[in-house]
Amino acid sequence: MNNKVSSRKDAILMLADGTIFKGQSIGKQGTSGGEICFNTGMTGYQEIYTDPSYYGQIIVNTNAHIGNYGIKRDEVESGKVQIQGLVVKTFSDVYSRHSADKSLQQYLEEAGIVGICGIDTRALVRHLRSKGAMNAVISSELRQEEALRRFLQDVPDMNGLELSSVVSTQEPYFEGKSYAPFRVAVLDLGVKSSIVSNLICRGCYCKVFPAQTTFSEMQQWNPNGYLISNGPGDPAVMHYAIETVQQILAADKPLFGICLGHQILALAAGGKTFKMHHGHRGLNHPVKNLLTGKGEITSQNHGFAVSMEGIADHPQIELTHINLNDNTVEGIRIKGKKAFSVQYHPESSPGPHDSHYLFDDFVALMKSAD
Amino acid sequence: MPKNQDIKSVLIIGSGPIVIGQACEFDYSGSQAARSLREEGIEVTLINSNPATIMTDPVTADNVYLMPLEKKSIIKILEKHKIDAVLPTMGGQTALNLAIECDKAGIWKKYGVKIIGVDINAINTTEDRELFRKKMLELGVNVCKGRTAKSFLEGKEIAQEIGFPLVIRPSFTLGGSGGGFVNSPEEFDKALQRGLQTSPVHEVLVEQSILGWREYELELLRDNNQNIIIICSIENFDPMGIHTGDSITVAPAMTLPDTVYQQMRDLAIKMMNGIGQFAGGCNVQFAVNPVDDTIVAIEINPRVSRSSALASKATGYPIAKIAAKLAIGYNLDELINPITKTTSAYFEPALDYVIVKIPRWNFDKFRGANTELGLQMKSVGEAMGIGRNFQEALQKACQSLEIRRNGLGADGKELTDQAAILKSLEHPSWNRLFHIYDAFKMGIAFKTIQKLTKIDRWFLSQIEELVLLEKELQKYTLETLPRHLLLSAKQKGYSDRQLGHILRCLESEVRAHRKALNINRVYKCVDTCAAEFEAKTPYYYSTFEEGENESVVSDRKKIIVLGSGPNRIGQGIEFDYSCVHGVLAAREEGYETIMMNCNPETVSTDPDISDKLYFEPVFWEHLIDLIEHEKPEGVIVQLGGQTALKLAEKLHRYGIKIIGTDFESLDLAEDRGKFSDLLKAHKIPYPAYGVIEDADQASDLAKELGYPLLVRPSYVLGGQSMKIVINDQELEQHVVNILNQDPDNRVLLDHFLDGAIEAEADAICDGEDVYIIGIMEHIEPAGIHSGDSNAVLPPFNLGDLVMKQIRDHTRTIALALKTVGLINIQFAIKNDIVYVIEANPRASRTVPFICKAYREPYVNYATKVMLGTKKIKDFTFNPHREGYAIKIPVFSFNKFPNVNKELGPEMKSTGEAIYFIEDLDDDKFLELYAERNLYLSR
Repeated sequence: MNNKVSSRKDAILMLADGTIFKGQSIGKQGTSGGEICFNTGMTGYQEIYTDPSYYGQIIVNTNAHIGNYGIKRDEVESGKVQIQGLVVKTFSDVYSRHSADKSLQQYLEEAGIVGICGIDTRALVRHLRSKGAMNAVISSELRQEEALRRFLQDVPDMNGLELSSVVSTQEPYFEGKSYAPFRVAVLDLGVKSSIVSNLICRGCYCKVFPAQTTFSEMQQWNPNGYLISNGPGDPAVMHYAIETVQQILAADKPLFGICLGHQILALAAGGKTFKMHHGHRGLNHPVKNLLTGKGEITSQNHGFAVSMEGIADHPQIELTHINLNDNTVEGIRIKGKKAFSVQYHPESSPGPHDSHYLFDDFVALMKSAD
Repeated sequence: MPKNQDIKSVLIIGSGPIVIGQACEFDYSGSQAARSLREEGIEVTLINSNPATIMTDPVTADNVYLMPLEKKSIIKILEKHKIDAVLPTMGGQTALNLAIECDKAGIWKKYGVKIIGVDINAINTTEDRELFRKKMLELGVNVCKGRTAKSFLEGKEIAQEIGFPLVIRPSFTLGGSGGGFVNSPEEFDKALQRGLQTSPVHEVLVEQSILGWREYELELLRDNNQNIIIICSIENFDPMGIHTGDSITVAPAMTLPDTVYQQMRDLAIKMMNGIGQFAGGCNVQFAVNPVDDTIVAIEINPRVSRSSALASKATGYPIAKIAAKLAIGYNLDELINPITKTTSAYFEPALDYVIVKIPRWNFDKFRGANTELGLQMKSVGEAMGIGRNFQEALQKACQSLEIRRNGLGADGKELTDQAAILKSLEHPSWNRLFHIYDAFKMGIAFKTIQKLTKIDRWFLSQIEELVLLEKELQKYTLETLPRHLLLSAKQKGYSDRQLGHILRCLESEVRAHRKALNINRVYKCVDTCAAEFEAKTPYYYSTFEEGENESVVSDRKKIIVLGSGPNRIGQGIEFDYSCVHGVLAAREEGYETIMMNCNPETVSTDPDISDKLYFEPVFWEHLIDLIEHEKPEGVIVQLGGQTALKLAEKLHRYGIKIIGTDFESLDLAEDRGKFSDLLKAHKIPYPAYGVIEDADQASDLAKELGYPLLVRPSYVLGGQSMKIVINDQELEQHVVNILNQDPDNRVLLDHFLDGAIEAEADAICDGEDVYIIGIMEHIEPAGIHSGDSNAVLPPFNLGDLVMKQIRDHTRTIALALKTVGLINIQFAIKNDIVYVIEANPRASRTVPFICKAYREPYVNYATKVMLGTKKIKDFTFNPHREGYAIKIPVFSFNKFPNVNKELGPEMKSTGEAIYFIEDLDDDKFLELYAERNLYLSR
């Protein structure tokens, strides 16, 4: 509140195609690069920044103001800020929420996140919408275009990148009550904590395993079902996870895949994935459940997707959900197995709660498998 | 489920005359719904008694009934047409109430009419406070403590139970009529009595007060498959305690974290599902405790509302249009988002800008009224500003209000009396926003301002930031001001005029300077999706970015139509009617039409109407920037009332073509001296008059002219500050008042023709020929503003000689003023001599009324004449003359319990109805005639 007229340092955003935006520095001063993508959600910035699926990415929030309600310690999706950089239009140091713990500026600074504000984010989004996903660099130090370009060269390409093992837990851990009726093995490819809490509140005891855990290791704990989580990176190169899922399918155990977990399930069943032009990131994506005919407004965050090609007459995969905006694959189930998955985030956080029923479906599946 | 094939013919019920709490937003929703249904091949029948609406035009509906909104009228329609379904959700509470009444009387059942868009039980649950409370408790939704009382005694008991402060809300009333906060037992009895009396069912809710909590609204749409979407979240800048119609509101919600927002979304969905299953729109209001984020439900309205009109304009998502499609059976996933035209209508809009709505009040018209804002709505209109940030949107909304301010602050009109400021912060009236700015400027502590206003600190800090910026700017002159500060000021919405004030230079100098520094307006699109998808609908707002301009200028010949800004008494929906028809006519003539307006309630700001919509303040700076961007052939100013007309002088000065009657003529008609010379030269009688600059001159002139005198400032709208005086004492008092309010103004004294009959004429002139579209005689004698008089078309007792004089004078004046387009002339008739009182070379309030009565598209014709593409002789006039049509003014005095209905030269009515009679023996006419002197104040 004391910081009434904040004088911010100049900062610069350069895209891989050479486009430059000039603004002011927010968060930590410094230089940072990653794949730039935009999220159209109007709420939930803290949940977005802490979602491990955003690991390595620079996030553009399209909402006009960011920071207004500050930061609250417990509204996080993982133990730390996962994004690589932040781009916003108007940044607020001042926040209004009584129960907030700190300002967004303080939070980003502590987390060492480099950001930029005061740029025409709408022009940027329109640019990304037409040119597609690309890498970018934000800096409050480097002034020369050449220096920025050199920095950009070292930012890895998201295509073919495996990131789950970086963000995943290194050691297994337990969540929930050990006497709960169901045991769920959560394969942590970058899991959001609200996925786990959605399981717990439905009577599940969860053991969260590192990304590269094998099926047999997980099986030793004797779980009722397997949750293959969301996470960052290109699913096509995650052979270890695909193999694990194939083994779960072979054992015909209940399986629920979310986002990256959905893509892994599709790959395991013989489907294909591809890198999207600029992805889906927001809280307003319309999905139709083909089994019930009902719609749901979903929370989404993905740059890769399951290819629709060959799905219609696929021997193993059944299409269950589609995106009403662009008809992309939003959900599948495996014929003759107890496995299903969705591309979007039924745990929301942030976003609408329309898809919570999928957790109920998973629990029902485990119950019927008993 | 696709469209229901059983529905082939739908009746839409309108909302009737404009009153406080129910304004032209229902013309917007009704006309959208009608168009939406007709697209589906459905025959649309419409009933509304308000002639100044687009919805009652042949362009909107197949069968139009301009009849009173009564059961009788409905039966008449149902006798004549096979109606399959009635859609009562587009006409506010009035339409819902009529639908319920007809339902109770078994009318729908008898004629086999299905009610669509709502379910009657849902209305009962939501309007009956006790049923609502019970329903919410059953659903597990938090509500305030309280109960309904059907008697005085019962009310007292409840108050004892829940204690003070509490709130009284009468059941089944419009705009919170008769409600209020009660802080102590002493005030309680009176408030309770009033509440009971206001309720048509003699029932009030006595409830725990949650004054100061944050207030939010969500706009929902649901289809037949129980798919629900939230179109918009709206946050009230003013916390609980001020009616949402009287609150400054912001979208999207600015201070809601996702956790709280999603909880609210879940509650809203639960509530809508809880009150009944129907396909349509719904508005839900919540209060949130700022300390612990606890949410309580305030109310739910199962219909489109003022807020849904606002939400449609704020997001671009046409709620009424989609709601109408849902009502006839479509599901959301079967419809396309009309803005992008490629993605699904089943989604929730994402905004990358901010909108601020500020209500427009007219307390000056209700002298003696309690001007403190509370549970009962008192505003008569609203303006919306769109910006890339809250501050810009707020400044643009302030620039749109037309209250002689140039934005928020920085215009030399600050209040500097500390006690007055503190009082205003705690007791909000129309000007509290301005006083918050003044308070910061004066250095009053942030904490004090927050304590008194209870406004969220994020909002307050935004205003504080503006004040700090103003103080920083003050250190410089235009020449020394760093570019980044000037850019920052523009991005925060300061107008060039405000900057001129701060930097002690002229508006034009600021503008030239910023242009030289390449600080220019750019236009961004309202696209429902934060640029995720390409938008096909050209709906724009301006902002200052160093980046991209999304509004691509075509090479077609184009025309700008200036809208009339926020509704107020004297300038309402009638002008929007004319603007819409102007746009449609110019389109027919091959022009690319560009609409500029800032009133979210209107049809003119529906992006479907014009080729390009710029939602911008009707304010010089925004206009000239738009003209430079679009380079139109010219600007139509004569359709948007005084708001648009006022800009003519500057347009003229900047060499921009005014379409139709040119500036010299507009100016001549406004200038009393020049105009009287013109009348004199043409031997047309007018009341003796004079112009004075002080009270001494006034009494001298009064002797010359003789009492009674009509006293008014030389530039007026809707008879502002007009008064009839009968002696020196009254004269002096009023002259001093006028000059105090506006020292630069001069005062006009007219000899008042006591006991005269008033008449008026509207005409179209192409410079050579004049066609009189209608002549109306007022039932009330001279002395009552024409807008407040019952006007009869054609005149009912004027002799041939008088009629000839009216016709001759109209023709002579129209030609002498070189009118190209519309003109309205007012007359006073005494002893068979017709005197000319004034002439307005623009679309008048009565034009839509005449169009409806005679069933002819006069604004369309007049626009073509203005554009020069047609002459009078090109049209075949064929007015439908049958009996008489009466324009009946409608008032909102019931919102101001301390104000008597007293009529005079200053206009007070908020709306009008049309009433057709066959002959002069009609009961209604005889009643109006008998009462013609009843409310005359003199």
